[in-house]
Amino acid sequence: MSTPESGEEPSGGVKSGKAYSGGAHTGEVHSAVVRRVAAERRGRMRRRRLRMAGLCVLLMALFSLTLMSGRSFTPPGDVIRVILGHEIPGATFVVMRLRLPRAVLSVAAGFSFALAGAAYQTLLRNALASPDIIGISYGASAAAVVGIVFFGLRGASVSGLAVIAGIGAALVIYLLSRGYGAAGTRLILVGIGVSAILESVIAYTLSRAGEWNMREALRWLSGSVNAADRHQIIPTAIGLLVLGAPLLGQARNLEALRLGDDAAAALGVRAGRTRIIVMTAATGLIAVAAAATGPISFAAFLSGPIAVRITGRGGSPLVPAAITGGLLVLAADYCGQFLLPNRYPVGVVTGTLGAPYLLYLIVRVNRRGISS
Amino acid sequence: MRRVSLPDILAGLGGSTENIGRAAVVKRVPRTFMAALAGAALGVSGVLMQGVTRNPLADPGILGVNSGAAFAVTLGIAYFDMAASYTYVWTAIGGAAAAAILVYMIGSLGAGGAAPLKLALAGTAASVCLSSLITAVLLPRNDIAGAVRYWLIGGVGGVTLDRVALVLPFIIAGFVIGFLGSGSLNSLALGDELGASLGENVPAARIVCTIGAVMLCGAATAVCGPIGFVGLAVPHAGRMLIGLDHRRLVPFAAFAGALFLIIADILGRVVARPGELQVGIVTAFFGAPVFIWIVRKHKVREL
Repeated sequence: MSTPESGEEPSGGVKSGKAYSGGAHTGEVHSAVVRRVAAERRGRMRRRRLRMAGLCVLLMALFSLTLMSGRSFTPPGDVIRVILGHEIPGATFVVMRLRLPRAVLSVAAGFSFALAGAAYQTLLRNALASPDIIGISYGASAAAVVGIVFFGLRGASVSGLAVIAGIGAALVIYLLSRGYGAAGTRLILVGIGVSAILESVIAYTLSRAGEWNMREALRWLSGSVNAADRHQIIPTAIGLLVLGAPLLGQARNLEALRLGDDAAAALGVRAGRTRIIVMTAATGLIAVAAAATGPISFAAFLSGPIAVRITGRGGSPLVPAAITGGLLVLAADYCGQFLLPNRYPVGVVTGTLGAPYLLYLIVRVNRRGISS
Repeated sequence: MRRVSLPDILAGLGGSTENIGRAAVVKRVPRTFMAALAGAALGVSGVLMQGVTRNPLADPGILGVNSGAAFAVTLGIAYFDMAASYTYVWTAIGGAAAAAILVYMIGSLGAGGAAPLKLALAGTAASVCLSSLITAVLLPRNDIAGAVRYWLIGGVGGVTLDRVALVLPFIIAGFVIGFLGSGSLNSLALGDELGASLGENVPAARIVCTIGAVMLCGAATAVCGPIGFVGLAVPHAGRMLIGLDHRRLVPFAAFAGALFLIIADILGRVVARPGELQVGIVTAFFGAPVFIWIVRKHKVREL
């Protein structure tokens, strides 16, 4: 309904997604309608860009706020000088050791989870089908827990193992869900089953760990950015760059796939290839980020829908989702540390946010049901 | 781990605690009994849920009903000084019912009604969310965290006979509903219209069977913590072995569920020596592959 021109130019030499989304100048019969649609669309794109810019500003503001405030307040001038390399007693430690790594890791992990989540939600055409619900992040954290508890691994080797296991879990889910017609439905359901197995592995491993630390355990069960340092930030940032770029490169093709495989093929999109690139990149992003922070509950699940709500439909949800994800994790971590009566790891805060979202889904659909 | 000779077992069952072996048997009796009871309750609850929703993936664990009961009990312990009494069971059943309604509402949103996929996703999302809420309640409360966390993994260790007696009436009531409602479930399986034309009061049958299912899994959860996948795997095994008739399926699920949970409990005790593995971990590990197998077996259109 929002793109009537795509239905009116079936033989207009549509070769790529680009031509499909910009084609407002063909229809001779309906030129007035087309002009109006085009104007409407330009307005929508302008609003979308404005709101994305607003999100970016908000993210930067929040990032600066988390650098300045905490248990104590550091003036912005001091923060800038410390980041530029000056030594200020007290402030240097607080900003460079505590706040900056934490904020950077929050944003990087938020970007990764949200990008991957929005990609999966778009690909599987289901807002509930995010990687944290269909079991991919649990692969990474199960491997990390097993590595730490049974093999005494630390640092980079844990991350490496978690990445391999996350991708392995995704591969197992994919292979198990093949069969007559690779259907998203079965992929999701198999994922739920696999994640149940992996959760039981995590529970078993934690019960075998001599005196297991509740906070350390929580990191692998619901995600936390406590004790962030460069060993976690550098892999996450590299993963974001290396895997995020191809994912964003497929954004337009992914939008075409939303119309169904046949329509996408008619628009010149190779569905199989797009799907493999998107799934590989998204899985990698999730695994790398989950290796650093644990599976931050609902960061992948909530970011896409919230971003769409803010920027509106039309256009790929990937970039707005990523910004929203960074914002979400950063804000949730700040709340968990300073605004709530107790200190909570970020995953507990984001996981709790899922409750109002689920209720909101009910209310919204009910209202629509009554009004229409 | 202790081996006990047959005469000691018999003496222990008679209540004797003269030597360690007999005392061990006395300790093990309530636990085994509870495992059987909880397994039977969860099995029948699974049959009822799958029958009412006509959904092959319905299970108290997957639909998030267990998590609802767990959250309600956690809240009760943390904020209302709830001790193990009748309130405990009622709270769990109330939480289970609330979660069942919530998940069913979320799962039936949008086109196509309560499709199995949407129900399973809504249940999983609700479980993740509820477990975050449980953690949020527990983290600042070190005084209760240990006890609740132990209970949350789902185990029958340390169960005493008076706690079994506490939930027994609820489970028996649930069984009665299950047996009486099994004929109605056969009519429901034909579809709402056909069931009504056979003289079935479809909404009433659905509500009564749902109440039974929620009571059974709420009561089992109140004592054992959330145990998943028993209610999923057992009805499917039953359909393969004895067919689709719910009047035979309900008693079968009671026996098979009891058997499954007792075996899982023994396995958990033997595998992880010298410690033990809570039965909830074992059932998830062996039950989840059954779930995947069911998903693979059914064609996508049927799911």
